[in-house]
Amino acid sequence: MIQFMRNVGNLYRDRSEFFIRLTMEHIYLSFIAIVLIAIIGITIGITIAKYRKLAEPVLSVVNFIYTIPSIALFGILVAVTGIGNRSALIALVVYGMLPMIRNTYVAISEIDDLIIESAIGMGTTGKQLLLRIQLPLALPVIIAGFRIMVVMTIALGGIASFIGAGGLGVAIWRGITTSFPEMTVAGSLLVALLAIVVDLVLGFIEKIARKKVLGTVKN
Amino acid sequence: MSLLTFTDVSKSYDNQVRVIDRLSFSIEKGEFITLIGPSGCGKTTLLKMINGLIPFDEGEISVKDRSLADWDLIKLRREIGYVIQQIGLFPHMTIEKNIGYVLSLLGRDPEDQREKAKELIKLVGLDAGYLSRYPRELSGGQKQRVGVARALAADPDIILMDEPFGAVDDITRKVLQDEMKALHQKLKKTIVFVTHDIEEAIKLGTRIVLMDQGKIVQAGTKEEMLFSPATEFTKRFLGSKSFNAYLGQLAIEEVYRPYDQLINKVSLDKERIFIKDTAMEGIRKMIKENLQSLVVINEEDQAVGEFQLQDIQQKIQL
Repeated sequence: MIQFMRNVGNLYRDRSEFFIRLTMEHIYLSFIAIVLIAIIGITIGITIAKYRKLAEPVLSVVNFIYTIPSIALFGILVAVTGIGNRSALIALVVYGMLPMIRNTYVAISEIDDLIIESAIGMGTTGKQLLLRIQLPLALPVIIAGFRIMVVMTIALGGIASFIGAGGLGVAIWRGITTSFPEMTVAGSLLVALLAIVVDLVLGFIEKIARKKVLGTVKN
Repeated sequence: MSLLTFTDVSKSYDNQVRVIDRLSFSIEKGEFITLIGPSGCGKTTLLKMINGLIPFDEGEISVKDRSLADWDLIKLRREIGYVIQQIGLFPHMTIEKNIGYVLSLLGRDPEDQREKAKELIKLVGLDAGYLSRYPRELSGGQKQRVGVARALAADPDIILMDEPFGAVDDITRKVLQDEMKALHQKLKKTIVFVTHDIEEAIKLGTRIVLMDQGKIVQAGTKEEMLFSPATEFTKRFLGSKSFNAYLGQLAIEEVYRPYDQLINKVSLDKERIFIKDTAMEGIRKMIKENLQSLVVINEEDQAVGEFQLQDIQQKIQL
């Protein structure tokens, strides 16, 4: 076991350029997916919070997509959009949608009606209501959703290489196909490390937002 | 012209029962209207129609001589103060930002907002140190004061209040009521105040509007409501509690007879009553000491007049 970990360490040292490149690719792919998910997810969340009738059908569809096994989805996407980064990106975006949409929707719709009523009663326009009242109050829950989504996307990015995308999945995949477990572990560890670091940073941001909005760090 | 007029206003939900039923009413500048009635009588609905939060089906409402249909609702709402149950302060904004909210919507200079917040927090009896706090750090009564300050920020002519003191304890409520009454006398705003507490309605209102099933049963001064109830419903609804409240808010000052109006001065060695005390307190003293009248003294401890039970009766006949 110790010998094995030492081998992994040597691998990092000997192939450092390779791993740095993969990590960069991984961050790049995840980053684009995360930005897309955040923009699309928050927009959809806000929309269904405003037009409540849409909420149920939209959430059902998103929930349904979420239950499709990732490998199956990758398979379908390869058939439709071919092999490569594009398919991987689509898969990541589709999967990340659920926590983003659901948290945005729940956060906005759970704001106390009295707060909304007094805001409207004082002459707040629809846009002002969203920007000054609803989004700031919903922020901690939206950030919590964002955090889950980010970790999920980074982790899922690890298997995107199965359909020819770059990133740390390349190392994992190569390790498996060439019976080189050190390579697989080296790639996996970096994925995990990336996810943990990002999660810690976001957790800290969430805490600040929660404290500002709710005055508590509970939950 | 009246500041607020309702003309044959009706409203029903799902074309069923009318929650507001061909209601006509007008409110003059400077009045403190208390809207009262049993649950579901339409008092809150009526209030929320004034700032367009609840639309109506028929009739017309006009605010400041302009029909509601011709108002830009956003603009109108910024010109009307609004205080609701549990206040609805914004938890993510400091007290200063809460008070300055309408001013910020109007795009006023941040410095003006700060100045106004400072001025208003003092007006409602809180220390300026609270400005940097968040609503969650305040007690119920303090939040309520901030709610009132917030409603006053844009210097509106009309303030709508929907059971604003419902969620605070009895003692705090009494204090807030006194302050609200004093504030009204000082600022001369027109206030429409919904309450389910008859004592509160009697204490605060310069005119009391009793509603039932979407209609106004009776509207009038406290004296009219109490001593000439138009219907059995009025009599029953007001009950003895309201008479209690009436005597409890009636100051000796309002009813006593100054010496210069008296032909025969009574002797001065009688029991005394302070001019700012209530008629209730005077009556209590008279019963306790078995007296027909009391000597009224002013702030300088000088005897200025006399108080008898008949004096109240005079007031009622006015």
